[in-house]
Amino acid sequence: MKKLLFLSVFALATAVTYAGGYRVSLQGNKSLAMGHTGVAVVNSSESVFFNPAGLVYLENKLSITGGAFGVFSDVAYQNTATGASAQTDSPVGTPFYLYGSYQATDWLAFGIGVYTPYGSTVEYEDDWAGSHLVNNIDLQAIFVQPTVSFKLSEYFSVGGGPIYVNGSVNFNRNLNRTLTDLDGNRSEVTVDATGVTNWGWTVGAMFKPTENLTIGANYRSEIILDAEDGDADFENVPNSPLTPFADTSFDASLPLPAEMTVGLAYEFCDKWLFAFDYNRTFWDVYESLDIDFENPVIPDSFNPRNYKNASTYRFGLQYDATKMFTLRAGYYFDESPVTEGFFSPETPRNDSNGYTAGLTVNISDNLQIDASFLYLHFKEVDASYEGYTENGQVAPFEGTYKSSAFAPGLGVTYKM
Amino acid sequence: MKKSIYILIGGLLTLGFVSCEPEFDNPVDEGGFYTTGDADMSNFVAVGNSLTAGFADNALYITGQENSFPNILAQQFALAGGGDFTQPLMADNLGGLLLNGTQVAQNRLVLEADPMTGEPLTPIILEGNPTTEVTTSPTGPFNNMGVPGAKSFHLVTPGYSTLNPYFGRFATSASTTVIADAVSLNPSFFTLWIGNNDILSFATSGGIGVDQIGNLDPSTYGPNDITDPNVFAAAYSQQVDALKAGASGGVLINIPDVTSIPFFTTVPFAPLSPLDPNFGPQIPELNAQFGLLNQAFAFLGVPERSIIFSTTGASAVVVHDESLPNLAAELTQVLIGGGLDKATATIFGLQYGQARQATSDDLLVLTSSSVIGTVNNDRLAELIGFGVPEAQAAQLAINGITFPLTDQFVLLPSEQAAVATATAAYNATISSLAAANGLGYVDARRYLRDVATSGVAYDSGLLTSVFATGGAFSLDGVHPTPRGYAYTANLIIDEINKTYNATIPKVNIGNYGTITVANNVNN
Repeated sequence: MKKLLFLSVFALATAVTYAGGYRVSLQGNKSLAMGHTGVAVVNSSESVFFNPAGLVYLENKLSITGGAFGVFSDVAYQNTATGASAQTDSPVGTPFYLYGSYQATDWLAFGIGVYTPYGSTVEYEDDWAGSHLVNNIDLQAIFVQPTVSFKLSEYFSVGGGPIYVNGSVNFNRNLNRTLTDLDGNRSEVTVDATGVTNWGWTVGAMFKPTENLTIGANYRSEIILDAEDGDADFENVPNSPLTPFADTSFDASLPLPAEMTVGLAYEFCDKWLFAFDYNRTFWDVYESLDIDFENPVIPDSFNPRNYKNASTYRFGLQYDATKMFTLRAGYYFDESPVTEGFFSPETPRNDSNGYTAGLTVNISDNLQIDASFLYLHFKEVDASYEGYTENGQVAPFEGTYKSSAFAPGLGVTYKM
Repeated sequence: MKKSIYILIGGLLTLGFVSCEPEFDNPVDEGGFYTTGDADMSNFVAVGNSLTAGFADNALYITGQENSFPNILAQQFALAGGGDFTQPLMADNLGGLLLNGTQVAQNRLVLEADPMTGEPLTPIILEGNPTTEVTTSPTGPFNNMGVPGAKSFHLVTPGYSTLNPYFGRFATSASTTVIADAVSLNPSFFTLWIGNNDILSFATSGGIGVDQIGNLDPSTYGPNDITDPNVFAAAYSQQVDALKAGASGGVLINIPDVTSIPFFTTVPFAPLSPLDPNFGPQIPELNAQFGLLNQAFAFLGVPERSIIFSTTGASAVVVHDESLPNLAAELTQVLIGGGLDKATATIFGLQYGQARQATSDDLLVLTSSSVIGTVNNDRLAELIGFGVPEAQAAQLAINGITFPLTDQFVLLPSEQAAVATATAAYNATISSLAAANGLGYVDARRYLRDVATSGVAYDSGLLTSVFATGGAFSLDGVHPTPRGYAYTANLIIDEINKTYNATIPKVNIGNYGTITVANNVNN
């Protein structure tokens, strides 16, 4: 029996969990194990993120769940025409989440969530072939979301809340493909902004037409992170009025796009639950990353992105194997928001297939341990970035990319 | 049961920590993706002059050497299994050279810009104390055996290290030759690019040297002479024989035309603008002065030597053409006859006896740009010595206007013809030796002419020979930039791939820099 369980976990493990751009879809171990579905799943206080309308259907008075992931993500690059190659040496990302929900009355629940749905840490070797686009980038954002959930009837509920974001970005690239100081050190700039804050909101609805079927919808608003007075640090710049790059401050805007999710969950054969989520992320807001340097002598930096809206299709399965174990598996197909000719090595994402698996161990009636695992599979892709210009002429950055990402996660849930 | 939980969780965690690197189906950095074909690149040796050494901006310095065409080649060869490549790196990026503490070579040139307007001004010598000492430099041999200044016959001249400090730095012994040191490395593959200086030192000096055609004894040559083509051929074939002996192959590179390089094409023959506030207002007075002289030229039957400055368009500079019959005595007599006092007439006669205005057939060298329109102090002192009042002497000593540009600043048509004849002869030798020995052959002459005439497109622009901005040539106007060297490396890779059935990847020349902009810190 033990052996069988072990095997079944991996047999179920079929597919998917990241999302395009710098969105990191790792907002709960239970959900991730099911392909990061959840808009119609009432399982735990992970619903604070996935659909606040679901909180009011939770069985327990109090439910607290928290956890974290280790994201191991790397990118390899090569150009067969020149023989150039590179591989990122990115540090392990650690997105985390903490949700709590409290059933105030039969029809009203409160919740709060702290989570990290955006982030990107990519480190190439300094001065690699694409160093004029990026040497390294570290983008982080923490979301805090107080939430309220109302049951309007036995069949229908709504929920939502404001979102407070605190973000930071640190980005380093070389100024262009060739500029160096007299000793040949490549001229580079680091832009750094921390404590960038803004507000957004989320709202969701849940409909339970039958005992076994749940339909959910959730909308998360766009949040623009406006970095003001960040630090721009220029290094290895030759001493010449022709290269007037001196340390200054900068303004820049980074959009965290709006996201619409609809989905359903269906219970069958007593112990099984199937879930499907469809995400639409409105990436078209990310047209260009423009860095406006305070010092007027320094030319501003325009980095076209031209993202498009992108969809993700998520499928999850849950099986209550025993009183002790709940097993989960999932798959998703994640469409990249990157458009042709704008494949930037800073967020090198092509379409991907995610395969997920996981389980919950019921230690006691109050305590659960949640574990999950994601393997994200990318195909090799020939791509180019044509948003970089020199003297008004586009210098495409071309090559073949291959990404890999996997993320094991662990969490605990306490309920009473 | 508990145990199985731990196993499960442990299993999941372990999976998380196994390395799972992204891997390509056909990685370029794994053996076999690129091949060197019939060529063996395990020990590549490059032999030649400054162009092989990575000389640029009138100096040899580390980053220039790192961007030498042989070093770029070696990095690409390495992708196809090629071996290490060593270079006699200088000690710094200033570029000057010390011999027993005395500076014997200038620091590199950088492009200065106006601190107020930010506009580019002119190349200046980078300030600083060079640290490369000839006598204490590491001894070779190195894979890069490029010796700045070397002519064809120098590579086989024993004891050349005592004549050339760049070779003196790393020669294995005082009596060795460049070729002997190169061959001692047992090259598996080689490039040979030599002969440029056999005409170039003559050309860049404005033809002050001698065309040694017919003189088979190079030990009697001066530094600015043209090497006899037979001397070249003998030295060159000796080098090819020595290098190819143990090698799987090699590439020979021929000699470009001097008319393809900005050192000879940047300064126009008619640079004098009437809009120049230092020149324009003086035109009527100058024309009045030269009127008398022009009458004398007409009287002597050489009206084509007349000197006239235009008030509406650019005028040609006045040059000294030693190929013209010297009419100094006749001119003096005619001027006296015209009423000029004897002393002045004598000075005029000597000054303009072989003078004329330049034509589009003359090539003014790059270094003339900084002297045209300035007072020639040597001539000024000379005139004052003749008893000419200082003010009048100064008026008669303006380079290219009243004082004909001296030979060193102008490559006359006759001198150009001598250079072209020798170049053609050298190139005939190089191509026939390449064919006879089954070696690769790069027609650098043709490709450089393409760069000079139409430019060569790369991913974000056009590589041209325009001085400072064209991207191909460094601030000395003779030697390539890193981008120019990268272009050269690509030409050689093309030739190797064709001749030796190799698949070595080329570089993107857009990734290589051009000139260096910098102002000296104390200015």
